[in-house]
Amino acid sequence: MSEKTSSKLERILASGNLAVTSECGPPRGTDPEAIIEKANLIKDYVDAINITDNQTSVTRMCSLAACIRLKLMGLEPVLQMVTRDRNRIALQSDILGAASFDINNMLCLSGDHQSFGDCAAGQNVHDLDSMQLLQLVRKMRDEGKFLGGDEIKRPPKMFVGAAANPFADPFEIRVPRLAKKVAAGAEFIQTQCIYNLDKFEKWMEGVRERGLHEKVHILAGVTPFKSAGMARYMKNRVPGMDVPDDVVKRMADTPKEKQAEEGINICVESIQRLKEVEGVHGFHVMAIEWEEKVPGIIERTGLYPRPEV
Amino acid sequence: MIVAERKPIDEIIEKIKDYNKILLLGCNECVTVCEAGGKKEVGVLASALRMYFLNKGKEILIDEITLERQCDHEYLEEIRDRIDQYDAVLSLACGVGVQFMADKYLSTPVYPGVNTCFLGATEKRGLWTERCQACGQCILASTGGICPISRCAKRVLNGPCGGSTNGKCELSKELDCAWQLIIDRLKAMDRLDDYEKLADIKDWSSDRAGGPRKVVREDVQE
Amino acid sequence: MRLSYPTSIKIIRVPCTGKVDVIHILRSFEKGADGVYVVGCMEGDCHFNKGNFRARKRVEQAQKLLEDIGIGGERVKMYNLSSSEAPLFVEYAKEMSEKILELGPNPIKEAKKSLRGQNEAVSG
Repeated sequence: MSEKTSSKLERILASGNLAVTSECGPPRGTDPEAIIEKANLIKDYVDAINITDNQTSVTRMCSLAACIRLKLMGLEPVLQMVTRDRNRIALQSDILGAASFDINNMLCLSGDHQSFGDCAAGQNVHDLDSMQLLQLVRKMRDEGKFLGGDEIKRPPKMFVGAAANPFADPFEIRVPRLAKKVAAGAEFIQTQCIYNLDKFEKWMEGVRERGLHEKVHILAGVTPFKSAGMARYMKNRVPGMDVPDDVVKRMADTPKEKQAEEGINICVESIQRLKEVEGVHGFHVMAIEWEEKVPGIIERTGLYPRPEV
Repeated sequence: MIVAERKPIDEIIEKIKDYNKILLLGCNECVTVCEAGGKKEVGVLASALRMYFLNKGKEILIDEITLERQCDHEYLEEIRDRIDQYDAVLSLACGVGVQFMADKYLSTPVYPGVNTCFLGATEKRGLWTERCQACGQCILASTGGICPISRCAKRVLNGPCGGSTNGKCELSKELDCAWQLIIDRLKAMDRLDDYEKLADIKDWSSDRAGGPRKVVREDVQE
Repeated sequence: MRLSYPTSIKIIRVPCTGKVDVIHILRSFEKGADGVYVVGCMEGDCHFNKGNFRARKRVEQAQKLLEDIGIGGERVKMYNLSSSEAPLFVEYAKEMSEKILELGPNPIKEAKKSLRGQNEAVSG
């Protein structure tokens, strides 16, 4: 896995260090301060910051503009791009636009269904799916060509990632599905939030059996619970989420005023345990509207200071 | 078949309320099978509309005819000699029939009495589900005979997406995940290895994206 | 048992309530009936297995339609009883009759009358 881009995230992973990424959701308005504030809270503790792309299909400031903000601050953005809202013309065009600002990381996703958001009556595009988007970015980068075959002047140099959900069903195809994403061109993976560590470790076993951990950098996704209510919500309401009963119970058994702290504790313990899993090359810390807690988590898990590469 | 569903009666009333002579035109094909626009539904709707207008103090003439098909010249011609007797036609055929009617009888207003929903199958009486979106380039050979374009909410060609839970779609616990069905099929046929073949980026030009489509068969044309 | 039931009720005999369709119920109203009730066998006792269940569904469809067009869904009802329950038959007949009296005549009838009156006035 030699370096192919100017991505700092790629350099850190290639150097053998555990990478740390986090993410920020853009505001539902035009004020750039929202994104700048969030980024300032975490910038010294992470290597790169994902900017979500109209997550849960709720209309927000575009991911690309927010990534450019980070770039202007001298930070390393990961441009999330969903296939829900753009056809292949818009996808390619946005990739060029991002690359023109030297945005060097991209995460290829299909996106939540629009019925979950504020435009439930809208069309969805899905001209490509997330795997085909991976193939597209790799083609643009590695062959220097558009999908239509024409040459790209100064091709985009993106380090390309995808999401993986080790917990979605059916479990038996979760490893083959990762293999498929790797074959499509994924170089790093950010996983769904991990609460069921046993199941994750079982998935990683399968990943190692097929040698996939040597072909792709897997960043384990973690999200601290703010409350027992959030744990229950994640367990029962969020599609594809696996929160074991004992984790929910641990949150519920904690007095209300201490639940936030306990949520952080669980997150820290998870990272400590996952650090020991062969093939886990870093962490993706998604502190949803709780960015101020990221530094503490990173410090407590010994992942601070971040390496200079 | 084409699956349709009768429009709410107040929507129909709103469209036809200013006319005095209406032809209520059913179709003997798909809409009969899905119980939306066959002879029986024509009878029931005509009776209900007559009563509605009577109750409002208006006697309205509603004649009932159900054609073999509304998407064929041959059958649609059957009403040519009487079409001028009516102020408007209320068609219970699918959108195809309504448009064929509009093409053929240029000066007669035609209103759809059903919403044309999808290409589907009768799972059981009273339950019709989508099976095809007529994309024009069938990929069922590589998906175990189950169509992710019509049956996956994100028409994901390399699925399932991360929202698949217990074999169900993230949209609803009632909705099967198409990719779960595909995987179950591949497994049953001992072809799970096929799962790892990446699906090509699809050419949607034969789909709606390419504009109105036609099939031309010169060899059978007269 | 020579029990009597309201004389306003006209009985239409069918081989099985499964034979009754929505259109039959609607046509009855078009022709001036003030109410229609369908009396089927006890559920589970249908000679044709599902006839009375089908009838119930169709009664429900007719109720909805009549409600939608302003005639009133309450004018239609489904009852079940076995052939040996004459007293119950009478009870249901009375119940339905009272219900209809309470609801008043089928508005279609009145509308027809007044339309005819208008027409006569015009031609006269």
